[in-house]
Amino acid sequence: MTKLVVDQAGYQVEGRQIWHDISFELHDGDWVTVVGPSGGGKSTLLKAIAGLQDITEGHIFLNDEDVMRLPIGDYRQQVSYATQSAQLFGETVRDNLDLPYLVRQQTPNEQQQIAGLEQMDLPADYLDKAVTELSGGERQRVGVLRNLLFPPKVLLLDEISTGLDAETKQVIWRAIHALHARERLIVLSVTHDEGEIADAQDILTIQNGEGARRHEQSN
Amino acid sequence: MNSQINVSNWSLALAFILVVISLVISYRQKLKLEKETIISVVRAIVQLIIVGYLLKFIFNVDNWLLTLIMQLFIIYNAARNGKKRSQGIPGAFVISWWGLLLSTTITMSILVLTGVLKFEPYQMIPVTGMVAGNSMTAVGLVYRSLNQQFRDQQGQVFERLALGASPKLAAGEIVREAIRTGMQPTIDSVRTYGLVSLPGMMSGLIMAGVDPIHAIKYQIMVVFMLLSATGISSVFASFMAYRKFFNERWQLQLPKK
Ligand SMILES: Nc1ncnc2c1ncn2[C@@H]1O[C@H](COP(=O)(O)OP(=O)(O)OP(=O)(O)O)[C@@H](O)[C@H]1O
Ligand SMILES: [Mg+2]
Repeated sequence: MTKLVVDQAGYQVEGRQIWHDISFELHDGDWVTVVGPSGGGKSTLLKAIAGLQDITEGHIFLNDEDVMRLPIGDYRQQVSYATQSAQLFGETVRDNLDLPYLVRQQTPNEQQQIAGLEQMDLPADYLDKAVTELSGGERQRVGVLRNLLFPPKVLLLDEISTGLDAETKQVIWRAIHALHARERLIVLSVTHDEGEIADAQDILTIQNGEGARRHEQSN
Repeated sequence: MNSQINVSNWSLALAFILVVISLVISYRQKLKLEKETIISVVRAIVQLIIVGYLLKFIFNVDNWLLTLIMQLFIIYNAARNGKKRSQGIPGAFVISWWGLLLSTTITMSILVLTGVLKFEPYQMIPVTGMVAGNSMTAVGLVYRSLNQQFRDQQGQVFERLALGASPKLAAGEIVREAIRTGMQPTIDSVRTYGLVSLPGMMSGLIMAGVDPIHAIKYQIMVVFMLLSATGISSVFASFMAYRKFFNERWQLQLPKK
């Protein structure tokens, strides 16, 4: 069971209030589409939930524990943030796919890594490909795969398919939907994509510094 | 040591023509460096005169406590200079101070304990200056490299943190590169010793009339000494300073210049 509670959260930066008084509660299996105008604060909200920056008011709880009191490294393994135009680090694809193991003090499992690449429609020998030699779509697939190798409890997707071709988009979403169905993770997905918004059943709109959630009960 | 070179005051004054040449160049080429040149020359002369008399005094007194204080004073000045080159890294003075103290103490202790140097002011003070000065340069390069890399690789560090990496894991490559940057100039200059330049200490000894073969031994000691000193101070500064780029919540925080 996973429960993520955002309780009257607010975020200020450089004396400017980006959003305030945002509250919602999510349970395993929930899939929330986050929408709103550019500069409205969607990315900052997701980064705050991931503990990559701290809210300045209110609280965030994961399974009734205040995020500010949880060991931050363990927390980020559970609440995983993936961004648009993922930056790859190190020299090769392997460096990127090794990191999720290293943060868990595990030896990288090459078979799992290759299975992941194949799920992302990338050949096994890409493991030793230089990150500088990847196309934009390939880079994004490797980037997202880093977040999926160890299924988190909460997956935060910040416009991960923006600017990708239809086929790459489909590959990435297929992998995420499969994981969502199997592991019942909580997904928060920021998008500007009309089609995605039209399909969404649970929408959180971040606008004018406020958050409004519209939930269509369709099940 | 009877063929020592001796610069008379008169010939020194004539050598001031050299400064005039650079002033004329600056003036003719509109480099606007005249004022700066004069100030730095005057500063250098005043500083050197003071230090000259100070050293003469300390050598004459030949007291171990005074020698130690002078060594610490040199390290303190070097640490302040290191802080200046940190571009706002918090705690840079403290890091520089302990880094320089550590590298100088270890290096000098080994030299004294192995009998290469004697704990006498006329040996301790110049060599401390050399060790601390080179360590200071190394530490300055480490800071610059860290600042540069953290800015350039902000995105990559952020992604590592997002995946749950600790600052240590997220900055590992950056730290290693900073250490390399700190040590590189020493390694490079050592490589061209004798081919391009006769290093300072050796030239000094030879000009003072010491047998070149004898001077070589000292120079080899200097090489060992500088490699150790820049190594220790680079490692120390890198490992202490990279943490300052993160807060306790493992979030990247670039220093404000
Ligand atoms: N570190 C920061 N310093 C200053 N301002 C910031 C910082 N981070 C975010 N902001 C500001 O907060 C506001 C919200 O940014 P955010 O990235 O959350 O918007 P967004 O809704 O994701 O927009 P987009 O749809 O364009 O991605 C912006 O006006 C941005 O300038
Ligand atoms: Mg955004």
